[in-house]
Amino acid sequence: MWLRRVGAMALTLLVTSFLVFSSLYLAPGDPVAFLVKGRSPSPDQLAAIRHEYGFDKPFPVRYWDWLTGMLHGDFGQSYQLHASVASVIGSRLPSTLLLVGLSTVLIVVFGVGLGIFGALRKGKGVVVLVTVGAAVPSFTAAIVLRSVFGVRLGWFPTVGTGSGFGDELHHMVLPAVALTITFMALVTRVTRASMLEELGREHVEVVTSRGLSRSTVIRRHVLRNALGPVVTVSGLLISGLLVSTAIVESAFGMNGVGSLLVTSVDHMDFPVVQAIVLLVVATFVVVNTVVDLVYPLIDPRVRAA
Amino acid sequence: MSTATVSHPRLQSRLGGWAARLGRLTWPVRICAVLLVLVGLGAVFAPWLEPYDPTDGDLSNTLVAMSGAHWLGTDAGGHDTFSQLLAGGRTSLLGPLGVVLFSTVFGALVGLFSAWRGGWVDALIGRVLDVMFAFPSLLLAILAVALFGKGLGAPVVAMAIAYMPYTARLVRSLTAQEKTRPYIAAYRVQGHSPAFIALRRLLPAVGPTILAQSTVNFGYALLDLAALSFLGLGVQPPTPDWGAMINQSQAAVLEGQPLSAVLPAVLVVVVVVAVTVIGEHFGDRLAGREAKA
Repeated sequence: MWLRRVGAMALTLLVTSFLVFSSLYLAPGDPVAFLVKGRSPSPDQLAAIRHEYGFDKPFPVRYWDWLTGMLHGDFGQSYQLHASVASVIGSRLPSTLLLVGLSTVLIVVFGVGLGIFGALRKGKGVVVLVTVGAAVPSFTAAIVLRSVFGVRLGWFPTVGTGSGFGDELHHMVLPAVALTITFMALVTRVTRASMLEELGREHVEVVTSRGLSRSTVIRRHVLRNALGPVVTVSGLLISGLLVSTAIVESAFGMNGVGSLLVTSVDHMDFPVVQAIVLLVVATFVVVNTVVDLVYPLIDPRVRAA
Repeated sequence: MSTATVSHPRLQSRLGGWAARLGRLTWPVRICAVLLVLVGLGAVFAPWLEPYDPTDGDLSNTLVAMSGAHWLGTDAGGHDTFSQLLAGGRTSLLGPLGVVLFSTVFGALVGLFSAWRGGWVDALIGRVLDVMFAFPSLLLAILAVALFGKGLGAPVVAMAIAYMPYTARLVRSLTAQEKTRPYIAAYRVQGHSPAFIALRRLLPAVGPTILAQSTVNFGYALLDLAALSFLGLGVQPPTPDWGAMINQSQAAVLEGQPLSAVLPAVLVVVVVVAVTVIGEHFGDRLAGREAKA
C-alpha cells in the first residue's frame, strides 16, 4: 500500500514535471526567441541561453538535464533578476511560508470550529456565512480589510512585509485573514456536513442512550469519525491556497513567492514561472499522498476495506 | 411535417410545467435569479444603458462621490463607475461562460466515453484526470498567460482544461451508475448503436445534474478570471472588467476613497453567491429526486 502510493506519487511528479517543461514548446515560435522576448540579449547571452537550455541537444536529453538539475536544486537562471532561480525563490520563501502557515492555522481552527458549531445549532446562520464566505475572493477581502482596518481605523499596516518578527507578524495579519476566508468557508461546509452525517448514525444513538454526556459523545464518537473527509478536503485545498498567495501578496505589496510569480509573468521571466508552477504542483501531489497514507491512522476502517 | 402539429401541445405542457416549477422556488433562489437576470441584462444592453463612455476618463472629475451626475461616482482616472460596471459585466461574465461551455462539453464527452468503455480505457483516463487535478485552475491560467500573453483568450482555454476533470469525473460516476439500469439494457437488446444510447438516451438522463454542477463552476471560474484581471494578467485596460477595475482603484483605497474598488468587488461576490445558490438548489433537488427513486 505504502509502496504503491509512493510509486504513484513519483510517477505523477514525473509526468507533471514533463508537462511543465514541455509547456515552453507550446509557446508560438522558436523557444529561444520566446525566452528572450522583451530583452535584447548580446550574442554571448544568447549562446549562454542556448547552452543552458541545451537547444543544441535532442529534446529527451534536454528534459533529462533539466530534471536532474532540479533534483540537485538547480532551477536555472532568472533573466530579470540576474540570479539563480533557486536563490530568488529561496529568499522569498520564508515570508510566504509564514503567510501560508498563519492562514492554515486560521483555516483549521475557525473552519472546523464553525463547522462543529453549525452542525450542533439548528439555525441557518452558518449556512449563509459559508455560502457568502466561499464567494468572497481574496482580492475582495483584501480591498475591504485594507480600507476598513488599514486606512479607516489604522490598526494594521496596509502595505509591505515589515522587519523583525513582531513587525512582520503585524504586517501579516490582514493578508492572512484575506487569504483565509474562502478556504475557511469550504472547510466549515465540509465539517458541518460530515458532523451532521455522523450525528444521524445509530452508534451515536446507542452511546447517547447508554447515558454518556453530550460532550463525550460529540468528542469521542462524532467528531473523531467526522474528521476524515475534513482532512481529505484540506489536502485538496492546499494548491488553491498556494496560488492565492499570488493575489494576496500582490494586493498587500509583499515580497513573497506569489508576488514573484506575478512579476515574473509580467517580465516574461519564464524559468522563474516554470519553477514556481512546478513547486506548487509538487507540493499538492506530495501533501495529498501524505494525506492518503495518514488517513488509515485517523480512520482505521479504511485499512480494512 | 407531423412533428409541427405534435410540438404545439407538448410546448404548452412544457410551459405549464415551467410555471409550476417557478411557483415552487424558495425566496432566496428567486431573489438570486432576479439579481442574475438584472446583471445579465445590464451587461447585454450596456452600450445603451451606460450614461458615459466607460473607457473615456474625465480627468477633471476624478474620485467623485455618488451624485446625480455620476450615480456611483468615478474612479481615479475619472471613469464613470456605473458605466464601467455595466460594460465590465460583458467581459467578466463572457469569460466564465466560455470556460463552463468548453469544460462541460469536453468533460461530459470524456466522462461518458470513460464510463461507457470501462476497463483499461477507464483506468487510463482516470490516471490522466488525476494528474490534471494537480494543476489548480488559476495556476494553469497564469502559466497560459506566461506562454501566450495577456488577455482573455489563453486563460479561458487554460481554465476550461483545468475545470474539465471535475465535470468528467462527475459524468463518469453518474454514467457508471446509470449504465446498469434496465432501460439501457433494453435499448441494447433492441439493437440501438452504443453511440445513440450514450448520447441520446443516457446523456439526457444525467444532463440536469451536470448542468447544476456547471452552474456552480461558473461562479468559481468568474472568481478565477476576476483574480487574473486583478493581478493585471487578464483583461487589459481600457477594456472594462470588474477585476481590472479593482486593480486600477487600489491606490484610491489607500487614499481613503474605496468606492470605485469596493463596488466591483462586492458585485463579484453578489453574482457568485447568486450563481452558487441557484446551482446548489437544483443540485440538491436532483439529488433528492434520485434518492427517492
